[in-house]
Amino acid sequence: MNELVFFINNVVIAGSVSGSIYAIGAVGVTLIFSIMRFAHFAHGDMMTFGAFMVLLLATAFPAAGDAFGVPSALVLLPLAMALTALLAVGIDKAFYKPLRAHGVKPIVLVIGSLGVTLMLQGLIRLFAGTSGQSLYIDDRKEIFRLALPFEGARAPVVITEPQLYLFVITLVAVIGLHVFLSRSRLGKAMRAMSDNPDLAQASGINTNTIVAVTWVIAGGLAAIAGTLLSLDVTFKPDLSFFLLLPIFAAAIVGGVGHPFGAVAGGFVVGFAETLAVFNWSVLLRPFRDSLPSWLLESGNLAFVGTEYKIVVPFFILVVILVWRPTGIFKGKVI
Amino acid sequence: MAAIIDVQHVHKAFGGLKVINDCSIQVEQGSITGLIGPNGAGKSTLFNIIAGALPLDSGRVLLDGEEITNRPANELFHKGLLRTFQIAHEFSQMTALENLMMVPPAQAGETLFNAWFKPSLVGKEEAEVRRRALEVIDFIGLHHVRNELAGNLSGGQKKLLELGRTMMTDARVVLLDEIAAGVNRTLLGDLVTNIERLNREMGYTFLVIEHDMDMIARLCEPVIVLAQGSVMVEGSIEEIQNNPQVIEAYFGAAS
Repeated sequence: MNELVFFINNVVIAGSVSGSIYAIGAVGVTLIFSIMRFAHFAHGDMMTFGAFMVLLLATAFPAAGDAFGVPSALVLLPLAMALTALLAVGIDKAFYKPLRAHGVKPIVLVIGSLGVTLMLQGLIRLFAGTSGQSLYIDDRKEIFRLALPFEGARAPVVITEPQLYLFVITLVAVIGLHVFLSRSRLGKAMRAMSDNPDLAQASGINTNTIVAVTWVIAGGLAAIAGTLLSLDVTFKPDLSFFLLLPIFAAAIVGGVGHPFGAVAGGFVVGFAETLAVFNWSVLLRPFRDSLPSWLLESGNLAFVGTEYKIVVPFFILVVILVWRPTGIFKGKVI
Repeated sequence: MAAIIDVQHVHKAFGGLKVINDCSIQVEQGSITGLIGPNGAGKSTLFNIIAGALPLDSGRVLLDGEEITNRPANELFHKGLLRTFQIAHEFSQMTALENLMMVPPAQAGETLFNAWFKPSLVGKEEAEVRRRALEVIDFIGLHHVRNELAGNLSGGQKKLLELGRTMMTDARVVLLDEIAAGVNRTLLGDLVTNIERLNREMGYTFLVIEHDMDMIARLCEPVIVLAQGSVMVEGSIEEIQNNPQVIEAYFGAAS
């Protein structure tokens, strides 16, 4: 039974954590793509920016969460989301909108977003320094140990407080987005614009508003993902570096332009990464009598070493694109 | 009768190519005005300028006396100026009925607050829009395909859907860009009937670009002939058909 607990801790929980982060990030990337038709490379840095805003706010108001009994960072997250949304709209106005107004090809916008990446990274480093910092300023990170009600399960299932928040907030964000896109007039207008921008405008939809709304949603989600990841580990200025590639892989795997595809893609990539670096020898130990001895000799039976974790999303990407070129869900339109 | 659309001395060039050259046209309130001319005469460009899809170089466009020069298409929509596209546009991933239901402006669901916290209000308005969309889809004869994805409809059905779109809101002027192209004769008859009914019963003014002379003859009065970016002649279809200048523009000097 301890092997099962080991599996839950190292695969189910760890995979859900990366899956949730990738899912929230990929939803933003995919929404931006479906409305503006370009791959937004600065998305990872918008996440870092969101987490950085939380760090600043939590440093300024370390007691903000006391009244609610939750970490200050969580209470200040909505404010950071608003600031990140503002940044996203501002970046669009300053850098992308002039390019769009000139009717440039999407690739120019992609290169532009690379420039924005470098700029944001520089700015964040300038103010936050280069070292890692905890978002838990005055609070203690709770760790929950749940004993399984089985014979022989001595090791508990371990889940941390920020991981719980992550799961809850991911669920709320995905459901909220679904309601927004399927029920509200604005959400339907977004779907319409992703389908046919000219017709959307000729049908009275203000495309500038839709673009702004898209940035607000993408910025807010980016702040959520960045903050929850930083809460779980630590805040680092180069956070986005390790996030950007899996997030793009997730968005493409799910079918670009399809928000629920992005969620599915995020979990596919998250679990694939976790399973690839998981040490199977522990799980196989109870069956060692029936297995050839060379299999378990080394004691480390992972598909790839942890240091190669970052290649896994690309492997998944290639496999899925060969099997289903438009992604798991058919992409392009919300 | 007053001119509902008044285009005054419009110029438009693409690079060195002057497409619209000091063009002035008036569309009378309540008329079905035809706009014809040989290929390259600037009909579609003029249309796009009126509809807010293209910026003009100089000149003015008035809608019922109000200046609408270079206003974006979505603003014109809310002022009652609607257009269809030469190549039928549709929201391909929505059903025919949903396409129509996209159109009506100012539904309660527009605010996030209502969408999330007052679903019953949104539901009520949506039911009303749905009722109207069902009426329209009956009117344009697409009831049997209402739940098909619009992307899967035939070219002619998409054109009908375009016309239906203009009926979902209280339009004042509708610009029809080659609505008959690619539509079979039977459907065409329906289209013409529907346009006439909308004009008569709902008071729509139409400006129609068309290559199909039968349709122009049946529908339009007056007809404006555009050549080389400006107005050549304007008059009834009989006058146009017997005008030597027009014959020359269409068939060349040889005739």
